[in-house]
Amino acid sequence: MSLDVVLDVAASIFLIAGALLSLAAGVALVRFPDLLTRMHAAAKPQVLGLLLVLVGCALRLRTGVDITTLVLVGAFSLATAPVAAHMVGRAAYPTEDIRTDLLVTDELADHLDRIADERESSAPA
Amino acid sequence: MSSDPTTPAEPNEPLRPALSRTARRRNQVIAVTALVTVWVLLWGTLSWANIISGLVVAAVLLAVFPLPPVTFAGRIHPLPMLRFWLRFLRDLVVASAQVAWLALRVGHTPQSAIIAVRLRVNTDLNLTLTAEALSLVPGSLILEADRRTGTLYIHVINVASRDEVEQFRRGVLELESRIVEAIGSPDELRRVRDNAQPPPPDMEGASA
Repeated sequence: MSLDVVLDVAASIFLIAGALLSLAAGVALVRFPDLLTRMHAAAKPQVLGLLLVLVGCALRLRTGVDITTLVLVGAFSLATAPVAAHMVGRAAYPTEDIRTDLLVTDELADHLDRIADERESSAPA
Repeated sequence: MSSDPTTPAEPNEPLRPALSRTARRRNQVIAVTALVTVWVLLWGTLSWANIISGLVVAAVLLAVFPLPPVTFAGRIHPLPMLRFWLRFLRDLVVASAQVAWLALRVGHTPQSAIIAVRLRVNTDLNLTLTAEALSLVPGSLILEADRRTGTLYIHVINVASRDEVEQFRRGVLELESRIVEAIGSPDELRRVRDNAQPPPPDMEGASA
Protein backbone atom coordinates (compact mmCIF):
# COMPACT_ATOMS: atom_id res chain seq x y z
CA MET A 1 0.00 0.00 0.00
CA SER A 2 1.54 3.28 -1.05
CA LEU A 3 1.77 6.39 1.05
CA ASP A 4 -0.79 8.14 -1.14
CA VAL A 5 -3.41 5.54 -0.36
CA VAL A 6 -2.73 5.72 3.37
CA LEU A 7 -3.04 9.52 3.32
CA ASP A 8 -6.25 9.34 1.30
CA VAL A 9 -7.81 6.87 3.72
CA ALA A 10 -6.80 9.05 6.68
CA ALA A 11 -8.22 12.10 4.89
CA SER A 12 -11.54 10.37 4.30
CA ILE A 13 -11.75 9.34 7.95
CA PHE A 14 -11.12 12.93 9.09
CA LEU A 15 -13.64 14.32 6.59
CA ILE A 16 -16.37 11.90 7.66
CA ALA A 17 -15.72 12.50 11.37
CA GLY A 18 -15.85 16.25 10.84
CA ALA A 19 -19.05 16.00 8.85
CA LEU A 20 -20.67 13.84 11.55
CA LEU A 21 -19.73 16.32 14.26
CA SER A 22 -21.17 19.19 12.23
CA LEU A 23 -24.34 17.14 11.81
CA ALA A 24 -24.48 16.61 15.58
CA ALA A 25 -24.09 20.36 16.05
CA GLY A 26 -27.02 20.90 13.71
CA VAL A 27 -29.17 18.39 15.58
CA ALA A 28 -28.24 20.08 18.86
CA LEU A 29 -29.29 23.46 17.48
CA VAL A 30 -32.75 22.10 16.80
CA ARG A 31 -33.18 20.02 19.93
CA PHE A 32 -31.72 22.14 22.75
CA PRO A 33 -34.23 23.96 24.95
CA ASP A 34 -33.05 27.58 24.81
CA LEU A 35 -30.69 29.98 23.14
CA LEU A 36 -27.81 29.66 25.60
CA THR A 37 -27.64 25.87 25.38
CA ARG A 38 -27.84 26.17 21.61
CA MET A 39 -24.79 28.40 21.59
CA HIS A 40 -22.84 25.51 23.15
CA ALA A 41 -23.67 23.52 20.03
CA ALA A 42 -22.57 26.36 17.79
CA ALA A 43 -19.27 26.76 19.64
CA LYS A 44 -17.86 23.27 20.27
CA PRO A 45 -18.83 20.43 17.92
CA GLN A 46 -19.01 22.91 15.07
CA VAL A 47 -15.45 24.17 15.62
CA LEU A 48 -13.98 20.69 16.08
CA GLY A 49 -15.96 19.45 13.07
CA LEU A 50 -14.53 22.24 10.95
CA LEU A 51 -10.99 21.53 12.22
CA LEU A 52 -11.33 17.85 11.31
CA VAL A 53 -12.61 18.72 7.82
CA LEU A 54 -9.62 21.07 7.41
CA VAL A 55 -7.19 18.33 8.47
CA GLY A 56 -8.89 16.00 6.01
CA CYS A 57 -8.53 18.56 3.22
CA ALA A 58 -4.87 19.15 4.09
CA LEU A 59 -4.14 15.41 3.94
CA ARG A 60 -5.84 15.16 0.56
CA LEU A 61 -4.41 18.32 -1.05
CA ARG A 62 -0.81 18.02 0.21
CA THR A 63 0.36 21.31 -1.25
CA GLY A 64 2.00 24.03 0.83
CA VAL A 65 -0.02 26.89 -0.64
CA ASP A 66 -3.34 25.25 0.25
CA ILE A 67 -2.27 24.07 3.68
CA THR A 68 -1.23 27.54 4.84
CA THR A 69 -4.70 28.84 3.96
CA LEU A 70 -6.30 25.95 5.86
CA VAL A 71 -4.15 26.78 8.91
CA LEU A 72 -5.45 30.35 8.80
CA VAL A 73 -9.06 29.18 8.53
CA GLY A 74 -8.58 26.94 11.57
CA ALA A 75 -6.82 29.58 13.66
CA PHE A 76 -9.43 32.24 12.97
CA SER A 77 -12.37 29.94 13.61
CA LEU A 78 -10.83 28.97 16.97
CA ALA A 79 -10.41 32.64 17.83
CA THR A 80 -13.78 33.91 16.63
CA ALA A 81 -16.29 31.17 17.49
CA PRO A 82 -16.22 31.94 21.26
CA VAL A 83 -16.59 35.67 20.54
CA ALA A 84 -19.61 35.05 18.33
CA ALA A 85 -21.19 32.81 20.97
CA HIS A 86 -20.50 35.45 23.64
CA MET A 87 -22.06 38.27 21.61
CA VAL A 88 -25.21 36.31 20.80
CA GLY A 89 -25.58 35.04 24.36
CA ARG A 90 -25.06 38.47 25.83
CA ALA A 91 -27.49 40.11 23.43
CA ALA A 92 -30.15 37.56 24.33
CA TYR A 93 -29.67 37.65 28.08
CA PRO A 94 -31.84 38.39 30.05
CA THR A 95 -34.68 39.31 27.73
CA GLU A 96 -34.96 36.64 25.05
CA ASP A 97 -35.86 32.99 25.12
CA ILE A 98 -33.89 31.95 28.23
CA ARG A 99 -35.38 29.01 30.15
CA THR A 100 -34.82 30.21 33.69
CA ASP A 101 -36.66 27.17 35.02
CA LEU A 102 -33.76 25.03 33.83
CA LEU A 103 -31.11 27.10 35.62
CA VAL A 104 -29.63 25.71 38.83
CA THR A 105 -28.31 29.16 39.74
CA ASP A 106 -28.04 32.54 38.03
CA GLU A 107 -25.27 34.73 39.36
CA LEU A 108 -25.38 37.14 36.44
CA ALA A 109 -28.90 38.21 37.42
CA ASP A 110 -27.58 39.20 40.87
CA HIS A 111 -24.80 41.15 39.19
CA LEU A 112 -27.21 43.03 36.93
CA ASP A 113 -29.51 43.83 39.85
CA ARG A 114 -26.55 45.23 41.73
CA ILE A 115 -25.54 47.47 38.84
CA ALA A 116 -29.11 48.71 38.47
CA ASP A 117 -29.20 49.52 42.20
CA GLU A 118 -25.90 51.36 42.02
CA ARG A 119 -27.08 53.46 39.08
CA GLU A 120 -30.34 54.26 40.80
CA SER A 121 -28.64 55.40 43.98
CA SER A 122 -26.02 57.46 42.13
CA ALA A 123 -28.47 59.07 39.69
CA PRO A 124 -29.35 62.70 40.40
CA ALA A 125 -32.74 63.06 42.08
CA MET B 1 -36.11 49.77 37.80
CA SER B 2 -35.52 52.86 35.72
CA SER B 3 -32.05 52.09 34.43
CA ASP B 4 -31.51 49.58 31.70
CA PRO B 5 -30.06 46.41 33.20
CA THR B 6 -29.29 44.80 29.87
CA THR B 7 -26.15 46.80 29.20
CA PRO B 8 -24.06 46.62 32.34
CA ALA B 9 -20.62 46.39 30.81
CA GLU B 10 -19.46 49.95 30.59
CA PRO B 11 -15.92 50.44 29.39
CA ASN B 12 -13.63 51.21 32.27
CA GLU B 13 -10.75 52.63 30.32
CA PRO B 14 -8.91 54.73 32.91
CA LEU B 15 -8.40 51.71 35.17
CA ARG B 16 -5.53 50.34 33.11
CA PRO B 17 -2.28 52.23 33.59
CA ALA B 18 -0.63 53.73 30.54
CA LEU B 19 2.09 51.60 29.03
CA SER B 20 5.72 52.56 29.02
CA ARG B 21 7.52 53.34 25.76
CA THR B 22 9.36 50.03 25.62
CA ALA B 23 6.17 48.06 26.33
CA ARG B 24 4.43 49.91 23.50
CA ARG B 25 7.31 49.22 21.18
CA ARG B 26 7.24 45.52 22.11
CA ASN B 27 3.48 45.34 21.47
CA GLN B 28 4.05 46.85 18.04
CA VAL B 29 6.76 44.31 17.23
CA ILE B 30 4.44 41.45 18.27
CA ALA B 31 1.55 42.89 16.23
CA VAL B 32 3.71 43.38 13.12
CA THR B 33 5.11 39.84 13.41
CA ALA B 34 1.61 38.39 13.71
CA LEU B 35 0.27 40.41 10.76
CA VAL B 36 3.21 39.50 8.53
CA THR B 37 2.78 35.83 9.47
CA VAL B 38 -0.89 35.94 8.47
CA TRP B 39 0.03 37.70 5.22
CA VAL B 40 2.67 35.11 4.31
CA LEU B 41 0.30 32.26 5.19
CA LEU B 42 -2.35 33.81 2.96
CA TRP B 43 0.03 33.88 0.00
CA GLY B 44 1.29 30.44 0.91
CA THR B 45 4.94 30.91 0.00
CA LEU B 46 7.77 32.35 2.04
CA SER B 47 9.57 34.85 -0.17
CA TRP B 48 11.18 38.25 0.30
CA ALA B 49 8.48 39.87 -1.85
CA ASN B 50 5.78 38.47 0.45
CA ILE B 51 7.61 39.49 3.61
CA ILE B 52 8.26 43.04 2.43
CA SER B 53 4.72 43.58 1.11
CA GLY B 54 3.46 42.10 4.39
CA LEU B 55 5.52 44.62 6.37
CA VAL B 56 4.03 47.47 4.34
CA VAL B 57 0.48 46.20 4.88
CA ALA B 58 1.15 45.72 8.62
CA ALA B 59 2.52 49.28 8.92
CA VAL B 60 -0.52 50.73 7.16
CA LEU B 61 -2.93 48.64 9.26
CA LEU B 62 -1.33 49.64 12.54
CA ALA B 63 -1.33 53.30 11.52
CA VAL B 64 -4.99 53.25 10.47
CA PHE B 65 -6.33 50.92 13.21
CA PRO B 66 -4.08 51.34 16.26
CA LEU B 67 -4.45 48.42 18.68
CA PRO B 68 -5.70 49.05 22.20
CA PRO B 69 -2.88 48.71 24.74
CA VAL B 70 -2.43 45.17 26.02
CA THR B 71 -0.21 44.40 28.97
CA PHE B 72 1.75 41.27 28.30
CA ALA B 73 3.88 41.03 31.40
CA GLY B 74 5.23 37.55 31.16
CA ARG B 75 7.00 35.48 28.60
CA ILE B 76 6.13 32.24 26.90
CA HIS B 77 7.05 29.08 28.82
CA PRO B 78 7.29 26.30 26.21
CA LEU B 79 6.58 23.27 28.38
CA PRO B 80 3.48 24.62 30.19
CA MET B 81 2.37 25.99 26.82
CA LEU B 82 2.53 22.51 25.33
CA ARG B 83 0.67 21.14 28.36
CA PHE B 84 -2.03 23.77 27.91
CA TRP B 85 -2.51 22.96 24.22
CA LEU B 86 -2.61 19.19 24.75
CA ARG B 87 -5.17 19.57 27.51
CA PHE B 88 -7.12 22.08 25.40
CA LEU B 89 -7.33 19.75 22.41
CA ARG B 90 -8.43 16.90 24.65
CA ASP B 91 -11.07 19.16 26.22
CA LEU B 92 -12.31 20.27 22.81
CA VAL B 93 -12.87 16.64 21.77
CA VAL B 94 -14.59 15.81 25.07
CA ALA B 95 -16.75 18.94 24.80
CA SER B 96 -17.85 18.12 21.26
CA ALA B 97 -18.68 14.54 22.20
CA GLN B 98 -20.63 15.75 25.23
CA VAL B 99 -22.74 18.22 23.25
CA ALA B 100 -23.32 15.66 20.50
CA TRP B 101 -24.42 13.08 23.07
CA LEU B 102 -26.74 15.58 24.77
CA ALA B 103 -28.24 16.42 21.39
CA LEU B 104 -28.93 12.83 20.44
CA ARG B 105 -30.26 11.75 23.82
CA VAL B 106 -34.01 11.29 23.78
CA GLY B 107 -36.25 12.47 26.60
CA HIS B 108 -33.67 14.42 28.56
CA THR B 109 -33.61 18.18 28.95
CA PRO B 110 -30.18 19.36 30.13
CA GLN B 111 -30.16 21.67 33.13
CA SER B 112 -27.72 24.53 33.25
CA ALA B 113 -26.44 27.30 35.49
CA ILE B 114 -24.96 30.77 35.19
CA ILE B 115 -22.03 31.26 37.51
CA ALA B 116 -19.66 34.10 38.31
CA VAL B 117 -15.98 33.26 38.60
CA ARG B 118 -13.53 35.90 39.72
CA LEU B 119 -10.14 35.33 38.12
CA ARG B 120 -7.03 35.83 40.19
CA VAL B 121 -5.08 37.64 37.49
CA ASN B 122 -7.11 40.61 36.29
CA THR B 123 -5.43 41.61 33.04
CA ASP B 124 -7.16 42.06 29.71
CA LEU B 125 -4.99 39.38 28.13
CA ASN B 126 -5.73 36.76 30.79
CA LEU B 127 -9.43 37.63 30.81
CA THR B 128 -9.62 37.28 27.03
CA LEU B 129 -7.64 34.06 26.74
CA THR B 130 -9.47 32.39 29.61
CA ALA B 131 -12.84 33.41 28.17
CA GLU B 132 -11.88 32.12 24.72
CA ALA B 133 -10.59 28.81 26.01
CA LEU B 134 -13.58 28.39 28.33
CA SER B 135 -16.04 28.56 25.46
CA LEU B 136 -14.38 25.58 23.77
CA VAL B 137 -13.91 23.25 26.76
CA PRO B 138 -16.66 20.98 28.11
CA GLY B 139 -19.76 22.55 29.55
CA SER B 140 -18.95 26.23 29.60
CA LEU B 141 -19.76 29.25 27.48
CA ILE B 142 -18.72 32.79 28.24
CA LEU B 143 -21.70 35.09 28.75
CA GLU B 144 -20.25 38.28 30.17
CA ALA B 145 -16.93 39.63 31.35
CA ASP B 146 -16.52 42.34 33.95
CA ARG B 147 -13.19 44.06 33.40
CA ARG B 148 -13.38 46.10 36.58
CA THR B 149 -13.35 43.13 38.93
CA GLY B 150 -11.92 40.56 36.52
CA THR B 151 -15.03 38.41 36.78
CA LEU B 152 -16.29 36.05 34.10
CA TYR B 153 -19.96 35.10 33.93
CA ILE B 154 -20.21 31.62 32.51
CA HIS B 155 -23.11 29.56 31.27
CA VAL B 156 -22.61 25.94 32.30
CA ILE B 157 -24.52 23.19 30.55
CA ASN B 158 -25.44 19.81 32.00
CA VAL B 159 -25.15 20.49 35.72
CA ALA B 160 -27.80 19.21 38.06
CA SER B 161 -26.73 20.28 41.53
CA ARG B 162 -24.90 22.92 43.54
CA ASP B 163 -22.03 20.48 44.10
CA GLU B 164 -21.44 20.12 40.40
CA VAL B 165 -21.49 23.89 40.05
CA GLU B 166 -18.76 24.27 42.69
CA GLN B 167 -16.74 21.54 41.02
CA PHE B 168 -17.03 23.43 37.78
CA ARG B 169 -15.88 26.65 39.42
CA ARG B 170 -12.67 24.89 40.44
CA GLY B 171 -12.27 23.67 36.87
CA VAL B 172 -12.39 27.25 35.59
CA LEU B 173 -9.67 28.33 38.00
CA GLU B 174 -7.54 25.35 36.96
CA LEU B 175 -7.88 26.45 33.35
CA GLU B 176 -6.82 29.94 34.35
CA SER B 177 -3.73 28.62 36.10
CA ARG B 178 -2.78 26.56 33.04
CA ILE B 179 -2.91 29.73 30.95
CA VAL B 180 -0.94 31.77 33.49
CA GLU B 181 1.64 28.97 33.79
CA ALA B 182 2.10 29.20 30.03
CA ILE B 183 2.37 32.97 29.55
CA GLY B 184 2.28 34.63 32.98
CA SER B 185 4.88 36.78 34.67
CA PRO B 186 6.50 35.57 37.94
CA ASP B 187 4.21 37.88 39.91
CA GLU B 188 1.08 36.50 38.25
CA LEU B 189 2.31 32.94 38.76
CA ARG B 190 2.72 33.60 42.47
CA ARG B 191 -0.78 35.01 42.71
CA VAL B 192 -2.24 31.92 41.07
CA ARG B 193 -0.22 29.43 43.09
CA ASP B 194 -0.93 31.11 46.43
CA ASN B 195 -4.68 31.04 45.85
CA ALA B 196 -5.29 27.52 44.62
CA GLN B 197 -8.70 27.45 46.30
CA PRO B 198 -11.51 29.44 44.74
CA PRO B 199 -12.71 32.49 46.64
CA PRO B 200 -16.22 32.22 48.10
CA PRO B 201 -18.74 32.44 45.26
CA ASP B 202 -20.50 35.59 46.37
CA MET B 203 -17.33 37.45 47.30
CA GLU B 204 -17.70 40.40 44.96
CA GLY B 205 -21.37 40.69 45.80
CA ALA B 206 -20.89 40.64 49.55
CA SER B 207 -20.86 44.39 49.95
CA ALA B 208 -24.01 45.03 47.96
